[in-house]
Amino acid sequence: MEPQPHSQDSFIITLIVVIIYASPFLILFATYFIGRSIEKNHYKSIKEREDNWTHIPASTGKDLSGMPPVVSAELAVGSVVISVDRFKRWLSGIRNIFGGEMKSYSSVIDRGRREAILRMKEACPEADMFVNCRIMTSTISNGKGKAIGCSEVLAYATAVRFQQTDE
Amino acid sequence: MILTNIESIPGKNIIEHYGLVQGSTIRAKHVGRDLMAGLKNIVGGELKGYTELMKEARQQASDRMVEQAQELGADAIINIRFTTTSVSQGAAEMLAYGTAVRFG
Repeated sequence: MEPQPHSQDSFIITLIVVIIYASPFLILFATYFIGRSIEKNHYKSIKEREDNWTHIPASTGKDLSGMPPVVSAELAVGSVVISVDRFKRWLSGIRNIFGGEMKSYSSVIDRGRREAILRMKEACPEADMFVNCRIMTSTISNGKGKAIGCSEVLAYATAVRFQQTDE
Repeated sequence: MILTNIESIPGKNIIEHYGLVQGSTIRAKHVGRDLMAGLKNIVGGELKGYTELMKEARQQASDRMVEQAQELGADAIINIRFTTTSVSQGAAEMLAYGTAVRFG
């Protein structure tokens, strides 16, 4: 019964070594699944809230002719800081070699932009219309080395309320 | 104080222009927030700590702009624009600028 504990020991050591060397890949795949579920939940909430807010239009124009008289106007601001997961960053590294559209990144920025517009609308729920809507994206840090790579999306517009006509 | 980002105040007549007013602030994140954001950064998604930080900074910038307009005797700021610049790794500058006006 002498070799039994020995082989078990070497098996455990091999396992530990494999785990240590494979851990970057394990983390990568774990972040893929976690990141995907976060994205899925975020899209679900964005779609639900967008359905609730479709009755208040946001426009990039600033022409109010033909509209009822305006009672009040105020500035509405919404912003979000969003980051990409490790897997997508790794994927983008590969994409950089071949070129083409970075689908994994565009979905992240798309989420941020829609979230920012929704937050802008939620900041002024009593408005009738949002005019001169501007969307701005800025990179806070590019994520090289130990820095946290994230970008900020800001949406702002003038929220106007029209005079209510008695019907 | 009425703030808009269009060239007029809908429903009001502008009687006097006071010119450009601006407010800015440079903010750095702190270690506690950085730690949480670093963990969140692995799986992606919104970095709530940073969102709060940017919101506070923008509020401060626009408060400074409003203060400047009040000193001039204005009662509204039109055509407001926001810009963000990352000055260095981990610090961001917020700038808010607009035209101070008085309406009748």
